[in-house]
Amino acid sequence: MAWRDLGAASPELVLTVAAFVVLLYDAWMTGPSLESPRSGGAGWLALAGVALALLLNAFPPTAPVAFAGMYVRDRLTQAVTLAALLGTGITVLLSPAYLNRFRLPAGEYYALVLFSAVGAILMGAARNLVVLFLGLEILSFPLYTLAALATRSRRSQEAGLKYLLLGAFGTAFFVYGVALVYGAAGTLDLSRLAGVPLTPLLGVGVALLTIGLGFEAALVPFHAWAPDVYEGAPLPATAFMSVIAKVGAFAGFLRVFPLALPAAAAQWSAALVAVAVVTMIWGNLAALFQTNLKRLLAYSSIAHAGYMLIGIAAPGPAGTLGVLYYLVVYAVMNLGAFGVLILLERRGEEADEIADLAGLWGRAPWAAGVLALCMVSLAGLPPTGGFIAKLYLFRAALQGGHTTLALVAVLTSVVSVYYYLRVAAAALSGTAPDAVAPRRSATVGIALALAGAGVLWFGILPSTLTAFVQQAVQALR
Amino acid sequence: MEAVLFAITAVLGIAGGVGVIAARQPVHSALGLLLALLSLAVDYLLLDAQFVAVLQVIVYAGAIVVLFVFIIMLLRATGDAPRARTAVPPAAASVLGAVLAAALLTAALTVRTGPGGVGAEYGTVQQVGRALFGPYALPFEAASIVLVVGMIGAVALGKRAQVIAVARTHAAPGVRAPAPDAPAGRVAAGGAGERER
Repeated sequence: MAWRDLGAASPELVLTVAAFVVLLYDAWMTGPSLESPRSGGAGWLALAGVALALLLNAFPPTAPVAFAGMYVRDRLTQAVTLAALLGTGITVLLSPAYLNRFRLPAGEYYALVLFSAVGAILMGAARNLVVLFLGLEILSFPLYTLAALATRSRRSQEAGLKYLLLGAFGTAFFVYGVALVYGAAGTLDLSRLAGVPLTPLLGVGVALLTIGLGFEAALVPFHAWAPDVYEGAPLPATAFMSVIAKVGAFAGFLRVFPLALPAAAAQWSAALVAVAVVTMIWGNLAALFQTNLKRLLAYSSIAHAGYMLIGIAAPGPAGTLGVLYYLVVYAVMNLGAFGVLILLERRGEEADEIADLAGLWGRAPWAAGVLALCMVSLAGLPPTGGFIAKLYLFRAALQGGHTTLALVAVLTSVVSVYYYLRVAAAALSGTAPDAVAPRRSATVGIALALAGAGVLWFGILPSTLTAFVQQAVQALR
Repeated sequence: MEAVLFAITAVLGIAGGVGVIAARQPVHSALGLLLALLSLAVDYLLLDAQFVAVLQVIVYAGAIVVLFVFIIMLLRATGDAPRARTAVPPAAASVLGAVLAAALLTAALTVRTGPGGVGAEYGTVQQVGRALFGPYALPFEAASIVLVVGMIGAVALGKRAQVIAVARTHAAPGVRAPAPDAPAGRVAAGGAGERER
């Protein structure tokens, strides 16, 4: 290990150090009492860490491959890091108001959020299956805790336990897969897997890896945990996990499938196409019948995982570009949608029913506007980022010759317009229920403004992000 | 000789693994785990990985199983779990399990195995140490982050449970419940008092 290696991993290092600083600051401010202080210092420290990591991420390192070939910080890593840090930054801005209102421990919360981001970035930078596995663990351990952090709420406890048990189950598949791949290839180095002949042992190993990553990304049929966990977890934690788990899981998919196993594309592509089709259909149909917004967004996130899988199942530069673009846009639009929910409160509880949104336009027009914008973007309608992102993915499917895949994607997108616009319509019309009160929070306002601006910017001027992502894809060939 | 030893440890290891999930009493599960871990330690020895075998006995069979037993003892966990649910697994789960088992078996049967060549120094403390701080430095550090996160999570969830327990004792009949916005110091002070009694 040399200084050069540490320089390559500087965004992860900064986030890790920031997490420890946040913890120590919180412990110092808390003193002998057991309750966290109400000041927002921990949040600002976390935000400073994310900003510094974003800055460092903009500069490519002199030697991309580091730590004896275990780690690589290429353009793809940079794009994954960008998505993870955007999601983390907006989450940190969304959280303080909620943490104060429900008296959740701020120090632990921000530290866990930062650690989780480290895990997602590490998955994007993995050049070895051991690093990919550890990244997956660093990503998901904090999420289990975050889901259960509201210890006063039974729903939150249940969510944490369910997530932990099913997550551990998924991880077991992943580790078994790593072991079988090692048995078949004699190496864990992803860059050397390409030359290994496809034996049944390697095939089963890769299939088990896919199951592990599928749990994390909530692909059908490994999605059963998602609605319950999303509904029970505290709102900012739900928002964060919906984004960061997808970033990490799809970074893992990109590292394993198109990059490490291009020769066997014909075999795994067919299997992934089937999973993507089932995921898109199931996620969108189940979302149609939800009245709880958190559950609706959970099924929506399952459906979006299906869309993103198109980019993996249709291998090639176009698919990789589509996935990376989608990850960034998805982080912004999903957090924008959750951010508006964080502003609302129903008699000291979360306001998470669609009916609670009624009349929001009359009380908080900006929040209602951002919500409607994010819903339009999630549905994939112009002029938003969601439209461009879906366009790239569907085009990749057609270029790869997967006509059925593209057809199913377009049809399910049309179905999804109904339930997304139902939410937007609820927010823009009707009379407000007395029980629901919109809160004011400067940081949430900033986060919503950022999310709204991002959704519009990626939709109207996609070239800026596309240029960045395209460099990532070209560097890989 | 080695084949016989391997056959014995393999059967014992699988028996231990089945025991972990089949036992009704948590203590029996912990003992099954111990059996599985010890059999694995012998397997490591057969693979010439002496140092890993010793670590397996000290860390896993020693520290971790003892920790499990302590926790079971402190929680006074008994096997009162509902029984009806576990008797017959759902059909879909059986089918999927059978498919997975068949896939693993076919994959395993196609593998040609042979003796692997390892040097005389293979598996010694020096070799493991060099690997750990050489090529595997990044996984080593990343694993330490995993452990730190686990500790933070345990403290965060455990600490909050304690505060709530204290708040509940304050809310007992006859005692005025603390207002939701009561200063945190009071609750904590009460907590310290509770523990002393």
